[in-house]
Amino acid sequence: MLEYARWKYFIVLIVVLLSGLYALPNVFPQDPSVQITANRGAAVDAALKGRVDAALKKAGVASKAIEVQKDGDMLVRLNDINAQGRAADVLRPELGNNYVVALNLASTVPAWLGAIGAKPMLLGLDLQGGVHFLMEVDRKAALDKRFEAYAEDLRVLLRDNRIRYESVERRGQDRLVATLAPGADADKARILISTNMTSSAGGGLGGARFQTEVVGNQVLVQVPESEIRQITANAIEQNIGTLRNRINELGVAEPIIQRQGSDRVVVQLPGVQDTAQAKRILGATATLEYRAVVDGNPYDAVASGSVPPEARIYYRKEPGVDGKPMPILLNKRVIATGEQLVDARSGFDSQSGTPMVSVTLNGIGGQRMLDFTSNNVGKQMAVVYIERIPQVTTVDGKEVRSTRTNEQVINAATIQGVFGKNFQTTGLESPKFAADLALQLRAGALAAPMDFVEERIVGPSLGAENVERGRTAILYSFGFVLIFFLVYYRMFGLITNIAVLLNLLMVVAVMSFLGATLTLPGLAGIALTVGMSVDANVLINERIREELRAGLPPQAAISTGYDRASGTILDANVTALLAGVALFAFGTGPVKGFAVSLIAGILTSMYTAVSVSRAMATLIYGRRRKLKSLAI
Amino acid sequence: MKPFNVFPYDSNFNFMRMRWVSLAIAALIMFAAIGAMVFKGFNFALDFTGGTVTELRFEKPVDVDGVRSRLEAAGYQSAQVQTFGTGNDLLVRLQPKAGATTGQSSVTADDVLKAATTPDNRGTIVKSDFVGAQVGSELAWNGLYALLFVVLGFLIYISFRFEWKFAVAAIITTLHDVVIVAGWFAFTGHEFDLTVLAGVLSVMGYSINDTIVVFDRVRENFRGMRTGPVDVLNKSINQTLSRTVITSFVAFLTVLALYLYGGGSLKGMAEAQMIGIVIGTLSSIFVACPLLTIWFLKVSKQDLMPKARDEAALARRP
Repeated sequence: MLEYARWKYFIVLIVVLLSGLYALPNVFPQDPSVQITANRGAAVDAALKGRVDAALKKAGVASKAIEVQKDGDMLVRLNDINAQGRAADVLRPELGNNYVVALNLASTVPAWLGAIGAKPMLLGLDLQGGVHFLMEVDRKAALDKRFEAYAEDLRVLLRDNRIRYESVERRGQDRLVATLAPGADADKARILISTNMTSSAGGGLGGARFQTEVVGNQVLVQVPESEIRQITANAIEQNIGTLRNRINELGVAEPIIQRQGSDRVVVQLPGVQDTAQAKRILGATATLEYRAVVDGNPYDAVASGSVPPEARIYYRKEPGVDGKPMPILLNKRVIATGEQLVDARSGFDSQSGTPMVSVTLNGIGGQRMLDFTSNNVGKQMAVVYIERIPQVTTVDGKEVRSTRTNEQVINAATIQGVFGKNFQTTGLESPKFAADLALQLRAGALAAPMDFVEERIVGPSLGAENVERGRTAILYSFGFVLIFFLVYYRMFGLITNIAVLLNLLMVVAVMSFLGATLTLPGLAGIALTVGMSVDANVLINERIREELRAGLPPQAAISTGYDRASGTILDANVTALLAGVALFAFGTGPVKGFAVSLIAGILTSMYTAVSVSRAMATLIYGRRRKLKSLAI
Repeated sequence: MKPFNVFPYDSNFNFMRMRWVSLAIAALIMFAAIGAMVFKGFNFALDFTGGTVTELRFEKPVDVDGVRSRLEAAGYQSAQVQTFGTGNDLLVRLQPKAGATTGQSSVTADDVLKAATTPDNRGTIVKSDFVGAQVGSELAWNGLYALLFVVLGFLIYISFRFEWKFAVAAIITTLHDVVIVAGWFAFTGHEFDLTVLAGVLSVMGYSINDTIVVFDRVRENFRGMRTGPVDVLNKSINQTLSRTVITSFVAFLTVLALYLYGGGSLKGMAEAQMIGIVIGTLSSIFVACPLLTIWFLKVSKQDLMPKARDEAALARRP
């Protein structure tokens, strides 16, 4: 008699069921679809649905379904890729700039599967087509700009306190040197600097103080390491924020924007083929303008068209009560621009305790701000965020290059007093709002430039080809293996084959559950898993044969075989797992995808080989009393 | 019904008798591989060198010289243009100009497409890769770090589960295999890209797997047999021989399927793995065990016997 605990069968059953359940979503095909997202407070409603439906009917594009999703986007499902492209071409001009029209692949997985967290694997760019960019933030430029601002601060500080100096310069990576004029009091300057300069210049919030030191008639200022790290971290965060905004603009359904390492950003845009356009948008320039708010009712001005001569109509970012963007009248004269903005940080106002953003301008911007605020205390001032996106359109078969400008008023506040280059916008509604505003202000400042250090394009036809190839390769590798085992080990071959197939199911389930992205090397990894899982089974089967030869009765041979092989399997797999982990830790892109499926495969193969196949063997041979031989 | 068997029961090849010959051959091949890497070097793909490679597909066969001259006119000197497949497919390679920073040398696929395409024969981009030079060198370093991580991991784990002599022998065997596979790519000049690197590193997984299975049996036999180390090693190899051959054969089949049907981008990876499986199998027989009989790696019964923690570990097994 062979024994195998009942609860172990139970676990095997549960594992099989769960694997099947979580692998299931991959079976459902995805509908090519067009996703419509509202921009600037435009609404997604029944009227829009009617418009979309009518436009598609007019162009003769048959749609499967038009539905409004939970997140407020509209999804138009179509029958094939061609219809998808045509639908997008029809809808883009029809809906204009108020909506973003993006190509998407909509899931057809039933809702109950989604509810338990079962989702299909995402296809990598190499299987779907699209572009991959790796961008590097120019850290040096970000630091240069900040140090220039520090030097300017120092000069102003010395000048204001009547300490004569010859020069203020940056020295090396992290130091500023103020060379004072003969006879100037260096110690007084040092104390002045160390009390007035803190890492968050302008905000005056916490932050490490700068180390200062007097050498002869020079004052050395050491910028702390933490501050330098902060500057670069801000630069990259700011760039990621800007990129995210722009990619939304581009209309890509599932973009990936990730920080990689200390100064790189990965951008993956599935389905995008026009790389030139994508690059132009990602590389667009943004700026800010500080403008005075002109008195008067902007709604009347919009309605009647009579705008005060010195003013222009702008729109606020957030919608008003009627759901449309709120108009606002701003002066045509610019007070300060983004180029003059050095830094913006969010925090809490020490007096009122409300969320605030503290802004630092450079010398020129500060002077202009001082001039303006001196005469306008109590009036309102607004910040306009402007993005210039170069675009190429085809008119009469010719390429026309133009620039589209996006202008948004991101904040308007009352001037409480006279200020220059350092000021705070207080009384903001929430800390998150303050953080967003600071981020957008910094995005509008001249951000650290970014270089494209890697660019990969996969055409849609290649993606489809790769899927086909991966499928064929896996099919054949499984075919070879299954047939070989059936011939070589007969009944135990059948058990092995079931274990191998279950292993495949488990790998797919685990990868789907983890939300792993399936790539071509990942498919290769799955195929290799077959090789790995086979090894454990071969070890067991050979060991059973050996025990039989040694004269053990069949059932004893089975249990000894499994017991003895398990230790070997553990050692062999843990070492192989180490190699997989190394690939994952140090690899990028395709290597990582390969490593993920390899690791998942090794883990699941240990379970299927040791536990599941043993359960089956026991089930088949365990209860036979007169077992003379095994089909192995 | 008698079971199929690749080897007759109780095969008893005397592998250990020729251990000096096999070790010498292994060393020779390894040094040849190192020589190929040092003197010939790798044919590094774009992933490591940086540059631009664009694959285009046209409606009709393409005039290569025409494309080359149009590219030159567009300012891309020294572009390598070649057709492949049916002659409708075109591969354009551009190396970054010396001294140019990455930002400037970023050649878009669209520029290449524009230069290559003519009104009566329009092309589409199948695939295009641009990699900046500094990215490539980082990848190469990451490969080395991964190697180091694996070696260290093996050393710790095998020392813990077996004995340090086994760990050293296993690592030498694994490195031997990796070096030979890498040397093969240097020797043949086949393109070495990121997926090939993944393939080469995954060879380590295979190789160690094979070696550990043999070592595991060696450990078991050292405890149970009353003969000298050389006999124990020989017996262990023979006992695991059919398993070694079957596993490798099956693994080879799966990788062969990848090689044959997986398409161009998996070919290099599959090639690395096919060679790795063959070398890894041979080395677990002809290198790993012989290493345990020479010089400071010579194992004895005492190395394995009196370990209380191993006894405990054995007792814990199901």
